[in-house]
Amino acid sequence: MTALPADIWQPVRLTVELAAITTVLLLILGTPIAWWLARSRARWKEAVATLVAMPLVLPPTVLGFYLLLLLGPSGPGGALASLWGARTLAFTFEGLVIGSVVYSIPFVVQPIRNAFVAMGERPMEVAATLRASPRRAFWTVAVPLARPGFLTGAVLGFAHTVGEFGVVLMIGGNIPGETKVLSVAIYDFVETSQWYEASILAAGMVVFAFVVILAMMLIEKRVSRAGA
Amino acid sequence: MTGASAKTITAAFRGALGTFALDASFSVPATGVTGLFGPSGCGKTTILRCIAGLQRLDGLCAVDGDVWQDGGIFRPPHERPIGYVFQEASLFPHLSVRRNLLYGAPRGKEPARSDAIAFDEVLDLLGLTVLVERAPQNLSGGERQRVAIGRALLSQPKLLLMDEPLSALDRLTKDEILPFLERLHERLSLPVIYVTHDMSEIERLADHLVLMRAGSVIGAGPLSALQGDPALPLAATREAAMSFDGDVEAYDPAYGILTLRVDGGRLLAPSSEARPGERRRLRIAASDVSLAGAPPPGSTILNVLPARIVSHAASGPHEMTVVLTLGHAHAGQRLLARITRRSWEQLGFADGAPVYAQVKGVSLARK
Repeated sequence: MTALPADIWQPVRLTVELAAITTVLLLILGTPIAWWLARSRARWKEAVATLVAMPLVLPPTVLGFYLLLLLGPSGPGGALASLWGARTLAFTFEGLVIGSVVYSIPFVVQPIRNAFVAMGERPMEVAATLRASPRRAFWTVAVPLARPGFLTGAVLGFAHTVGEFGVVLMIGGNIPGETKVLSVAIYDFVETSQWYEASILAAGMVVFAFVVILAMMLIEKRVSRAGA
Repeated sequence: MTGASAKTITAAFRGALGTFALDASFSVPATGVTGLFGPSGCGKTTILRCIAGLQRLDGLCAVDGDVWQDGGIFRPPHERPIGYVFQEASLFPHLSVRRNLLYGAPRGKEPARSDAIAFDEVLDLLGLTVLVERAPQNLSGGERQRVAIGRALLSQPKLLLMDEPLSALDRLTKDEILPFLERLHERLSLPVIYVTHDMSEIERLADHLVLMRAGSVIGAGPLSALQGDPALPLAATREAAMSFDGDVEAYDPAYGILTLRVDGGRLLAPSSEARPGERRRLRIAASDVSLAGAPPPGSTILNVLPARIVSHAASGPHEMTVVLTLGHAHAGQRLLARITRRSWEQLGFADGAPVYAQVKGVSLARK
């Protein structure tokens, strides 16, 4: 077997980095949103839920287009970038992180919200009657009970970020080491007829997808057993 | 109704409750077990949840001098010194029995109160010693409910609220848990509000009773006062009975007969051994009491007691329910007697008349 060409690894490393950062950010941002969506009785709750779910339906190019406006020199992203002397957030790794967070948010929020809903009100009521403050009850009861939801959300968020293409193309371009992630790299290799490199990356993604889905099914099986 | 007097539990709540309005208020002593009794759906659980602060209706709630709710005041549930036992045990599935038990135990800084309930005492009281290291998933329904009770006790509550803690259990499991509840009642001075729609639980456990119907309180007071009040529905039911405590005076091992002193007389009952000074819960069904104008000369009935008729009421076309007080001289413990209207008229009984109560059956509950 011939050695793997070096330029395969750069997009892989970049993709894993992007997906990991995005997943962590989404867990931090998505948990309070999921909690609020699961517990609030506000009438406009479903409007927020719809906003969160929009990336499921919107074509990535549409999402990418608006993100480009937001991150570009004349949008808020440009203003933010000027704080450290840059002109724009578009076509940067940071911009890609922001885009991925928006793109993958439903995949993280939805499972966590479902887990909080499935838990019901009772465990939190029990904790309150045992003198636990809402904060303590959340960390010691709600989060552990919703753990399968967090796992599912993290796995889906990570996997979905790894696979994104359209949004990356719109706001990231194709800068090696900065925004050239896996899916774009495969596209590139095919464009330049580097079939060997393309097939290695593609096969790797197939294996990755298999492992992800298998992991999800195992998590779900464990959950239904614990609930019995 | 006064706001926040010591040694009293005051609750008054108003609000919509499904198809009817809830407007209930009562005030009971903050000692012993208070039964909150009524048919399903009459608002008992809602009242209990309001006392715990889990639900908010307009009203007032004050326990032993502390105001928990009044107008703008509303203490959140985690700041109320309560223990709450739900109908389902609701143990935390991700924690072992030990960590469930200790979840609400006071942590760190504050020194333990002198009357604090100790961990080992709870294990002993509820028979949990062999279960501590298990996971909740591996417990039976009855074991889970005992852990839930222990968990509530170890949060060192000043008031224990129990919402039909036995109703999700089968008959056998109920009988397994009731003695534990009776032991709690004997050994701890903790006031308890106990919601149930099962009169037999009230008869075994309660000292005071709050009777509810369709969102309102129709009576509140000492258990036997409500059981013996002809104006309330309890005395009119087929299962009408009086439940009260008696002090053990003597035990005759040769016959296996216990002598118990109650207000206005002595009652004999077959029983296992008991020491003088212990208390036993007695239950005397109205249908087990008959009346005579004079003491019968010889009878197999153990208990024939002088009594006086307080009042009478027809229950159905052919039967009477008669309220008695034990003793000829003063007003002692009340009893109910279910007799036929024919006997009532032929023997010429009347309110205030001295009679002899023949008690065919005395059942002892508390062991």
